[in-house]
Amino acid sequence: MTLITDPNIPDPDGFYSELIAAHDGLSDDDSAALNARLILILANQIGNRAVLSAAIRAVQCPATGDTK
Amino acid sequence: MLDDRYSLAFRLYPYERSADQDAATPVRRPVVVMGGGPIGVATALDLGLQGIPVVVLDDHEGIGMGSRAICFAKRTLEIADRYGCAAPMLDKGVVWNVGKVFHDDRQIYDFNLLPEDGHKFPAFINLQQPYFEKFIVERVRQAQAEGAPIELRGKNRVDRVEVRDDHVVLQITTPEGPYTLEAEWLIGCDGASSPLRGMLGLDFEGRVFQDSFLIADIRMLNANFPTERWFWFEPWFKSGASTLLHKQPDDVWRIDFQIGWGVDRKEELKEENIRKRIDAMLGKVEYEIVWSSIYTFQCRRMKQFRHGRVIFAGDAAHQVSPFGARGANSGIQDVDNLGWKLGLVVQGKAPDTLLDSYHQERAYGADENILNSTRATDFITPKSRMSHIFRNAVLDLAEQFAFARPLVNSGRLSVPCTYDGLSLTGEDALIGGPARTRPGSPCPDAPMGEAFLLGQLGGGFTLLTLDADAPEELGDDGIPVTRLALYGADLTDAIRARYLGAATSAVYLIRPDQHVVARWNTYDQAATVAALRKSCGKDAA
Repeated sequence: MTLITDPNIPDPDGFYSELIAAHDGLSDDDSAALNARLILILANQIGNRAVLSAAIRAVQCPATGDTK
Repeated sequence: MLDDRYSLAFRLYPYERSADQDAATPVRRPVVVMGGGPIGVATALDLGLQGIPVVVLDDHEGIGMGSRAICFAKRTLEIADRYGCAAPMLDKGVVWNVGKVFHDDRQIYDFNLLPEDGHKFPAFINLQQPYFEKFIVERVRQAQAEGAPIELRGKNRVDRVEVRDDHVVLQITTPEGPYTLEAEWLIGCDGASSPLRGMLGLDFEGRVFQDSFLIADIRMLNANFPTERWFWFEPWFKSGASTLLHKQPDDVWRIDFQIGWGVDRKEELKEENIRKRIDAMLGKVEYEIVWSSIYTFQCRRMKQFRHGRVIFAGDAAHQVSPFGARGANSGIQDVDNLGWKLGLVVQGKAPDTLLDSYHQERAYGADENILNSTRATDFITPKSRMSHIFRNAVLDLAEQFAFARPLVNSGRLSVPCTYDGLSLTGEDALIGGPARTRPGSPCPDAPMGEAFLLGQLGGGFTLLTLDADAPEELGDDGIPVTRLALYGADLTDAIRARYLGAATSAVYLIRPDQHVVARWNTYDQAATVAALRKSCGKDAA
């Protein structure tokens, strides 16, 4: 399994809107905490160490597109 | 007392005295339309082409200045083609397919709408609204010459309405004094601030967005920009929190600057201040400012589009943010939906409850448009710090990672909705049929020899048969259904893909507005008549 960087989410607008709505009314700290919990549960769903490492590298420097 | 509230681009229906003003007792008309904008005039055209007498009242004598709506979608052109006025729109309009998205000083990606082959009309054209309106009025003039019972009355301002059980009484002011007119049906097409809605004390609920946009239409004097849609999030030139550049006919470009809430409108609209923003964006180019305006917007709709004998359409009934071109385009779909239903009711061929389905279907469409344009607005103008962080994260990722591009939302371009499961929609009994032509869907176009399918559907109900036998003529209660029979070689690859799918034969019952009622593998008389009756508001299950 490699990191998927092509579109893979059905109903992207619906997903995005639900994600933003989850933060409605939260303080910045509470929002950051919610994001952390969300990342952890999604990481568990992925369940592949190499993919998780590639994902972390990819977002550290998004301008390069480097996932290796 | 009848002063113009705005200046005119085209004076197309100057005031003329009507015999109704001299009648001893008020004349009763079958249908009166309030508002001579694109939606009102198109409504009159639809009804007039059916032979239904219709009077349009407008407090001005023509079409207002300003480009306003500029992006007209394929479905609008298909409807206009049914009315016979799409050709000049397509001829004058600018066709575009390529869009570019920028963040700050970087282009993060571009896209091509890559329109599907085999359609008569492109996905979109850009055309200034006054031209769009003018072409509809010109078609009305032609239809009138051919006997269509349409009247456009300029400088006829409706000041008061009384709604009765079976008609509406209108008090009208003209330059030559007042008169009273009665209407069996009154259609409110009088725009977002609808005076009619106000006179009836009706609600208009929804969200107001705390932002404003400065529009500048500029004519380039010696620069060449491509025919593309360019959208900047947080542009480096700082002329707005977002900026849109879009081409119109006559070498005019539309620029939209998002300038925030609580701005000094008078100050911002001074030419020198508009020029500061444009110069920062375009650098040293010569241009003249053709038109400018500041707009704010809402996403809201009336709870009910029908109130007894009064029916609302277009911006009077629903308003959306401009992102996605869902204003005028959805208004024209209202007209397309209302026209045939009101025609049948006025002719006594269908119960007036058929008009309740107009509200049901078009409110469903309005909700879909409001949802889409609200999402675009929330992406373009994030409402919270976290929303802003996510938005910029999407933009940061989108340049290198394709997955993030579908999340970038600078407006989802208008497509017509499918009336899934609504009260007029019939059965889907076509085994193997494609999802895109399921009952409730607008028929997709397809090539038929030198011509196109939608042009063959006509103005009434159609029974489209593909490699299936059926009687040539059928109908019910005086409502005819015309057969369009396609066999073998008629079935181009596009027609097969769009209407047959895995099936080897198909029968479609299609409404006058080109939405599918029901479909089967083979013709069944009882099922067809039942579906026809259901789609005319009879035999409600």
